Amino acid sequence: MKKLESSLKNMALALTGFSVVAGALLGWVNDVTAEPIAQANAKTLSDAIAVVVPGFDNNPAEAPEVIEVNGASYKIYKATKGGKFVGAAVESSSNGFGGALTVLVGFDPEGNIIDYSLLSHAETPGLGSKAADWFKKGAKGDITGKNPGEQPLVVSKDGGQIDAITASTITTRAFLLAVNNAYAAYKNQNVDSTTGATQQAAPADSTQVETNN
Amino acid sequence: MEYILIFITAIFVNNIVLSQFLGICPFLGVSKKVDTAMGMGAAVAFVLVLATIVTYLIQKFVLDAFGLAYLQTIAFILVIAALVQMVEIILKKVSPSLYQALGVFLPLITTNCCILGVTILVIQKDYDLLTGVVYAFSTALGFALALIVFAGIREQLSLVNIPKGMRGMSIALVTAGLLAMAFMGFSGVDKGLATLFGLN
Amino acid sequence: MNNFKVLMNGIVKENPTFVLLLGMCPTLGTTSSAINGMGMGLATMFVLICSNVVISLIKNLVPDMVRIPIFVVVIASFVTLLQMLMQAYVPALYATLGLFIPLIVVNCILLGRAEAFAAKNNPLSSFFDGLGMGLGFTIALTLLGGVREFLGTGKIFNLAVMPEEYGMLIFVLAPGAFIVLGYLIAIVNRLKKA
Repeated sequence: MKKLESSLKNMALALTGFSVVAGALLGWVNDVTAEPIAQANAKTLSDAIAVVVPGFDNNPAEAPEVIEVNGASYKIYKATKGGKFVGAAVESSSNGFGGALTVLVGFDPEGNIIDYSLLSHAETPGLGSKAADWFKKGAKGDITGKNPGEQPLVVSKDGGQIDAITASTITTRAFLLAVNNAYAAYKNQNVDSTTGATQQAAPADSTQVETNN
Repeated sequence: MEYILIFITAIFVNNIVLSQFLGICPFLGVSKKVDTAMGMGAAVAFVLVLATIVTYLIQKFVLDAFGLAYLQTIAFILVIAALVQMVEIILKKVSPSLYQALGVFLPLITTNCCILGVTILVIQKDYDLLTGVVYAFSTALGFALALIVFAGIREQLSLVNIPKGMRGMSIALVTAGLLAMAFMGFSGVDKGLATLFGLN
Repeated sequence: MNNFKVLMNGIVKENPTFVLLLGMCPTLGTTSSAINGMGMGLATMFVLICSNVVISLIKNLVPDMVRIPIFVVVIASFVTLLQMLMQAYVPALYATLGLFIPLIVVNCILLGRAEAFAAKNNPLSSFFDGLGMGLGFTIALTLLGGVREFLGTGKIFNLAVMPEEYGMLIFVLAPGAFIVLGYLIAIVNRLKKA
């Protein structure tokens, strides 16, 4: 086949032609992969939830409750077994050394930490990135079984009880802040769903507002 | 305050070349002389800021508006290529002296990954337009700084007797490594500033 | 030229990383471990083979004046395709390589091979050129990642070969990338002389 001439008509035709074909092809692939991508994301999340609050039989990833505490929003994934509340996984972020650090913390109904999973971070590889295992059960900075409600988690350098990751105090502080915040969000959620205290208070408030008006 | 923080972080702490590894090709390619390094730095700053504005508008008003976010890569690279071409033509007409200074570097910029990288990062970081422009400009300054410092060192290196196998790219890379190590000394500065400004 | 020669050319004689010095950004940015380097190499190889074959097939339909933008469209399409496939089927690797996947578009190896080889040769040779260059790139990245991982953490492909305390962390961080690549190129230069 002979090579096309570089006339204006040919150039315009070729450019539009190839762009349209490329656009159409990508649109089709986008359609095909949209479902698997959503599934893959959901699976990453539900796997992480299964690690931090084991032993549930519902699908916590399905309907997270979004809670606002001090202007920051937290996602709470409630785990139930046979309809009974067994704990919740709370997604919480803070500013680490290299950027945002997002952690999923699992709490039992009493507010004790069951386990955690580092969802994303931008910490230094080999230093701050150790946060993925440092605070796990049996490791040096073990936080499992602790209850931030009795005593907020604080790094030992600041007079607390948790050993910092070697040479990564900033990462450790950020991590513990995220965990403490997660607990605060979890407590708010607990008040709502188990005791119902706020639910009773809420209508009372609104009636008051109405009468005042 | 927030802008000052972005400015300093982008130049020193997260230097685009020495810690983000973007724009390495021109960093190694046009760093033999300080003059050319300055020209390249200026050209990148110019195109990067323009490209950030244009791609930002395209992302918000075309791609997001029509649900075409998956065409981001393809749209951005074409926009950047077209933009570079346009800047070249306009400069030639409007300011021949500026064209003389930056002209030779412009074609190289299309394949400079720091342009595409930064435009995508601005979208990923969810900056607004002004923040994005500040970020792009500071990043370009960081690029220029690294390039000029590196060129200065390489001018000195050409006067030294270097083992045969290490000559050329090899010693340049090792030097770049040492420079990157020096820039690592800035890490944590952004945290300190953030606390100082009360942003944390 | 026979296809085997084309293949070996990319791996050894014109190795994109050690000899042609192309595609330095992903080379330095993604090689903090052997497995990451290999992932990036394979991702680039996929795009390189696809774009080489397609460009070779359409070369007669492309007027010379607009060949560069059209090649870029072809390459960018395959990169986007790869992005979507990776997000769907290997999300963990996609998350690690991050920004460097869309940046394959501006990897000089791709446009360079499109111009220098695929636009002049038949699809089959172009396929082998893409395969050879891709393998050369993958091998170089895996090697660089392996050396950095070993020096930095004492592991290779996540298998411990020496106690982690002996690792020199700097090699996993940014400066290590430049330094290790610098010395690897020096070694390759030395071997080529011999």
